[in-house]
Amino acid sequence: MLGFGILSGLLILPLVGAAFILTLRGDSEAARSNARWAALATTIVTFLLSLVAWGRFDAGNSAFQLVESHAWLAETIRFKLGVDGFSMPFIVLTTFLMPFCILASWDSIQNRVKEYFVAFLILETTMIGVFAALDLVLFYLFFEAGLIPMFLIIGIWGGKRRIYASFKFFLYTLLGSVLMLLAIMAMYWAAGTTDIPTLLTFKFAENLQTWLWLAFFASFAVKMPMWPVHTWLPDAHVEAPTAGSVILAGILLKMGGYGFIRISLPMFPDASVYFAPFVFSLSVIAIIYTSLVAMMQEDMKKLIAYSSVAHMGFVTMGLFSMNPQGIQGAMFQMVSHGLVSGALFLCVGVVYDRMHTREIRAYGGLVNRMPLYAVVFLIFTMANVGLPGTSGFVGEFLSLMGAFRANTWVSFFATTGVILSAAYALWLYRRVVYGVLDKPSLQGIADLNRREIITFAPLVLLVIYYGVHPGPILDAFAAPTDALMKGYEAALQTVKTAAVAAH
Amino acid sequence: MNSALAIPTFGPLLPEIILAVGVLVLILFGAFRGERSADGMNIVALALLAVAFVAVLMLPSERVETMAGSFVVDSFAKFMKGLTLIASAGGVILSMDYMRRERINRFEYPILIVLSTIGMLMVISANDLIALYLGLELLSLSSYVIAAFDRDNVRSTEAGLKYFVLGALSSGMLLYGASLVYGFTGSVSFPVIATTLQGNVGNGVIFGLVFVAAGIAFKISAVPFHMWTPDVYEGAPTPVTAFFAAAPKMAGMAMATRVFIDAFPGILGQWQQIIVFISIASMALGSFAAIGQRNIKRLMAYSSIGNVGYALIGLAAGTPEGIQGVAVYMAIYLAMTLGTFAVILGMRRGNVMFETIDDLSGLARTHPVMAFCLAMMMFSLAGIPPLAGFFAKFYVFAAAIQANLVTLAVIGVVTSVIGAYYYLRIVKVMYFDEPVQPFERMAPGVSFVLVVSSAVVLLFWIVPAPVVNAAGAAARSLF
Repeated sequence: MLGFGILSGLLILPLVGAAFILTLRGDSEAARSNARWAALATTIVTFLLSLVAWGRFDAGNSAFQLVESHAWLAETIRFKLGVDGFSMPFIVLTTFLMPFCILASWDSIQNRVKEYFVAFLILETTMIGVFAALDLVLFYLFFEAGLIPMFLIIGIWGGKRRIYASFKFFLYTLLGSVLMLLAIMAMYWAAGTTDIPTLLTFKFAENLQTWLWLAFFASFAVKMPMWPVHTWLPDAHVEAPTAGSVILAGILLKMGGYGFIRISLPMFPDASVYFAPFVFSLSVIAIIYTSLVAMMQEDMKKLIAYSSVAHMGFVTMGLFSMNPQGIQGAMFQMVSHGLVSGALFLCVGVVYDRMHTREIRAYGGLVNRMPLYAVVFLIFTMANVGLPGTSGFVGEFLSLMGAFRANTWVSFFATTGVILSAAYALWLYRRVVYGVLDKPSLQGIADLNRREIITFAPLVLLVIYYGVHPGPILDAFAAPTDALMKGYEAALQTVKTAAVAAH
Repeated sequence: MNSALAIPTFGPLLPEIILAVGVLVLILFGAFRGERSADGMNIVALALLAVAFVAVLMLPSERVETMAGSFVVDSFAKFMKGLTLIASAGGVILSMDYMRRERINRFEYPILIVLSTIGMLMVISANDLIALYLGLELLSLSSYVIAAFDRDNVRSTEAGLKYFVLGALSSGMLLYGASLVYGFTGSVSFPVIATTLQGNVGNGVIFGLVFVAAGIAFKISAVPFHMWTPDVYEGAPTPVTAFFAAAPKMAGMAMATRVFIDAFPGILGQWQQIIVFISIASMALGSFAAIGQRNIKRLMAYSSIGNVGYALIGLAAGTPEGIQGVAVYMAIYLAMTLGTFAVILGMRRGNVMFETIDDLSGLARTHPVMAFCLAMMMFSLAGIPPLAGFFAKFYVFAAAIQANLVTLAVIGVVTSVIGAYYYLRIVKVMYFDEPVQPFERMAPGVSFVLVVSSAVVLLFWIVPAPVVNAAGAAARSLF
């Protein structure tokens, strides 16, 4: 156990790449090109290593695997890493999306290229760390550390209102998280450790659970983001460079959902049962309200950002329905949304790189000049809507089914969100891609180039593959979901007994 | 009777003796050689501090009292003395180039620094009220002179005068409180006071306690006795400000800890209220008042007020974990302060020092390394992991939660988010704004301090154990 395992390797590799890029001298075209290739190589090697990790991972086992533990702050606060079925898919998703982010930044980032890729690689380490951490303090460390590179990415390479957006992003998330930090400390004093596997079996007093749940909720709800604390997201998305948006939508938002499933649900079962109606209400409001808001947007990125909030509403709804379908659906929805929303932002990035505007009004009739782009964009729009046969359908359907079992009215209202998402997504597609190409500025627009095709091809394949054959991911979620449900049945049982006793 | 007259053991006083003898030799040397000796004196003073540091490391770890019980050495004293000596050495190193270029490199400067360091070491080890006062006055009087060291500069002399007048007032309050405590307990010795004051105590003692607390709050620049800080920080020569922000803070927090934990453990409930109030007020003022500042030295003054508020959270807990938090906090705060001031000292073009935040515009383009270091200092001061400042806050907040001071902890984290705004603003100016003219190359001493403190801030999370364990041992030695 003293040696460093494969998960440490995943954390260190991007840092090594970042250190290498820092040693490059000068700002010549050659140095920039070297920085790009080094970043791409690093992310690809990291991805391959994460595949190795996945290969060694046994999906049928609900225990933590690939565990490594090193002395750190104290005997009970250790540098402990490990994965289970909930975290492994997210690690692979992270390492999978990173090369696309690098590719998407290939031409669009022209100033301070080295710093940009260094920031991205450090961000990758923190994201992998969040999913691999098996100690709450370590989890918090990575959870928050990601703010620094993301703040710089939005603030330096962002759009016009980048400073406002970066500050809002940073302070909003920080305010949510500091309460979580206090909760972590309270858990430390109550349980005597911050070791996640130990805490999963520890039973917190009910009164304490309520407060702890609320503190963690403050952090994860902002990160998700849930209505009404979602307002930082549209700003951050609009101002961030394309790759920043991809990471933000693809991975950073998932940290909130991952936090719920890793900490809130299993560690505070009584409080989760107690607060489930509250979460349902917020989720349903988020699904309907933000879908309506999305419909009215004039900026493509903002539209997709609001649609992300709506989709995250499905995730929280599924998670708190507390049955296997809901939880697996929510988890699947997160993975699928990571691919789909990431790809949608890349689609916006393609036309933004050419026209330097994200105004929907500035486009129209793109299908005439960009047939390939139209196809790719259509596939992802459909996946976003949740068309059967795409990965978006599986997650949405399962989480709705879970919600239906938990509370019919919740699923009734949430299903209207499916209709609304079809409305805004298809309307966006119609306005941008269909119609007559009559705008003079669009006459010379070029279709996808080779780099862009390479970027989109794997995403298209995966979105369809997982839509038709969701098994591999759902299998990974199955074992830990079962373990989680066992804890829940006990909690629900106590609630029922208490209700009976009250009568 | 016999034991009081017997010759005390001098072993525990070795660091102080080394510095005292050394400083006397330095004065003689300086008096004979005059102004020409200033540069060499700096080196000798650094060597003295280094030797004293080694002597501190060689002190016994178990509790030893000497000088008829008025001087105590334990792990806590060792830890805080070590920090103080590092801070003083940092103050000397940062000043060397600056003093030469401002033509105020007089030989008295290192002497005054060493003298005030002796005062700090005595304060840290003081085991009765008299020794405490003696050390404090030595520290303070030297500091007043150092603040006005640029004696032809109106701002510097004004800073010195302000510091002196207000400092004298606070010394008076401390003395008044001490006399009340003595009157009601019949002793000045901390252990005796501790055994006398148990359970319910009269208002007279509480009155004295409040005055002692006020005197201490002044020295560590905690609200509501902070008013001198921004003016003195702004007016004093920048390396002096760096020294003030670092060394006396170490000694002051050690003194506060020693007085409250060693002398008044029986009435924790009474002084806890005071500390909680001071802590909340300092954190709130530190984060709100800093937002409007344009001068970076003033901003650092408010930042230091806020940081003292955070460190006091650990003291308010009154537990070994809390004191460990204080010790860790001060160690990390030391690195952050010295690093930040190193950058401030690097803001120079020709003979002009720049002090406003806007002068840092686009520093990331003109001086990438310097900007990166300052950005890391700022994120660390804001308490963002994985930087060292996060761990500093982690330990004090954890102690507060353990001691059930949840409200204090919540207020603390909320103010830290507000404080993050102005730290972020500096990062924004450096990274998001367009560059102005570049600064000059940093002096070697200054960049040395910057590199070392950045390394501490950046890499602390990889090997936190040495500092954390030493702080833990230090804290346990008080209980």
